[in-house]
Amino acid sequence: MSATSGSRSASPLTRGFSSGSLRAVTAPILLGVVVLLLWQVAVVLLDIKPFVLPSPVNIGTQFASSFDSVWAGTVVTGTNAFVGLLLGAVTGILAAIAAALVRVFDELSVPIVTAAAVIPIVALAPVLYTMFGANVETARQLVAALAVFIPVYLNTLKGLRQVRPVHRDLMRAYAASPWQATRTVTLPGAMPFLFTGLRIASSLAVISALIAEYFGGPVGGLGKSITSAAASSNYPLAYAYVLGSILLGLVFYAVTLAFEKLASRHSSSTP
Amino acid sequence: MNAVEVTGVSKVFRVAKGAEVVALDSVSLSVVPGEFVSLIGPSGCGKSTLLRLIADLDQPTAGEVLVFGKSARQARIDQDYGIAFQQAGLLPWRTVTGNIELPLELHGVGKAARRARAQDLLALVGLSDFADRYPDQLSGGMQQRVAIARSLAESPELLLMDEPFGALDEMTRERMQTELVRICAETGAAVVFVTHSIPEAVYLSSRVVVMSPRPGRIQEVVTVGLGSAGTRDDALREDAAFFASVKAVREALHGDAVHEKAPHSVRGVETR
Repeated sequence: MSATSGSRSASPLTRGFSSGSLRAVTAPILLGVVVLLLWQVAVVLLDIKPFVLPSPVNIGTQFASSFDSVWAGTVVTGTNAFVGLLLGAVTGILAAIAAALVRVFDELSVPIVTAAAVIPIVALAPVLYTMFGANVETARQLVAALAVFIPVYLNTLKGLRQVRPVHRDLMRAYAASPWQATRTVTLPGAMPFLFTGLRIASSLAVISALIAEYFGGPVGGLGKSITSAAASSNYPLAYAYVLGSILLGLVFYAVTLAFEKLASRHSSSTP
Repeated sequence: MNAVEVTGVSKVFRVAKGAEVVALDSVSLSVVPGEFVSLIGPSGCGKSTLLRLIADLDQPTAGEVLVFGKSARQARIDQDYGIAFQQAGLLPWRTVTGNIELPLELHGVGKAARRARAQDLLALVGLSDFADRYPDQLSGGMQQRVAIARSLAESPELLLMDEPFGALDEMTRERMQTELVRICAETGAAVVFVTHSIPEAVYLSSRVVVMSPRPGRIQEVVTVGLGSAGTRDDALREDAAFFASVKAVREALHGDAVHEKAPHSVRGVETR
């Protein structure tokens, strides 16, 4: 078998590693640049007002000049999202283990989980502000944690139920205790699923922590900054904060995606 | 004391709407220590069920299963047997060494002792160069060899094998059979081996138990006089005595079919 597949018949210089991965990286970058150019041109030529849509250059300049403020907001919102992600993930994983081990718990939790999955969790923010006080970040972190809990719980539980019959027989033949079987077979097998849930949850954590700021609480986060910049008609600044939120979301996503790849490295099923 | 003593064992599976399937009907079988016994028969004759009962993965509806004079359950708890299935069943997130160490780890063997034992077993199955690979980096035959090494980890006096070579190609299969014969000669363990293949059963066994389906019964026990495990090699596959035994097992399987006037009931048995 040759090292490269038959479909790649490029010249020896560009064959193999470089041609495929290079195109995968350059194509989206090129598209992004084209879109930004078109945007800039459209704003200038059509004379679009900044309160409708600021130009990319305008936003970029604003982002650079108020970087300290955007960074401070990113730290506040990022911390809330991270605490929420951690809290929601840990409770989600523990609850999934409990549901997988104890059937009654699973049956009891179905309606609660269904209810939690359908309520718009950020809608709880005002209630939580009253509960924990509007001058602390607790409410926002809880909103993020609640949003994280559902996908982590559901995915982990699904993963915990993927145990192959041959592995179950093996554990019985080894007279392994339920905890030993969970630790050596069920949990590692569920890892790729858990991290898929975590990847989905990571974006939700950032979005929820940010949206929760719209409903009150202390100032300083990205969400509050976006609304106050928009309220004072500083639209390029508002967009600079939006850019900050996008970057924050990307970081969360990329890190959890990396963990997911790492966890599913050797998870392909074997005969 | 026999390695396995099965007395009047029946197994009835309840399927949908109260219907019952008799997988085994008063089966009795003894396996003496160090003996290699194959269970062969068409699909649905209960050979795998019988193996699962000995391993205490299922419980008999009636009758008694004794392993080294203890109940099957006690023998399982005491880890008196090693087991291998048709699927290698390796844990994909563990290395080859990690997989072989698994039973030792579960039963509290120390790290250094585990490592040493895994190294010995890898040498035994000829995979020393693959100790740190992951299962998805191995061929099917290599994975199955790891599974066999794992089943030998605790030096069991009894090996239970459920079509361990069933998913392998013929070439790999014959090589694995030769290896298994050698390993059995070295370890002196008794083996209960489920298979679909008559030549495989004859080549490996001192006795071949021919079973018939619906309900699962022992049709005949063919004694194969091909010498001890240590003296068996590839030349045996072309020996006249080998063919005579293959013929005897085949006739035992087909005799039943003629008797029942249902030749298709032997489907699933390879007569190659």
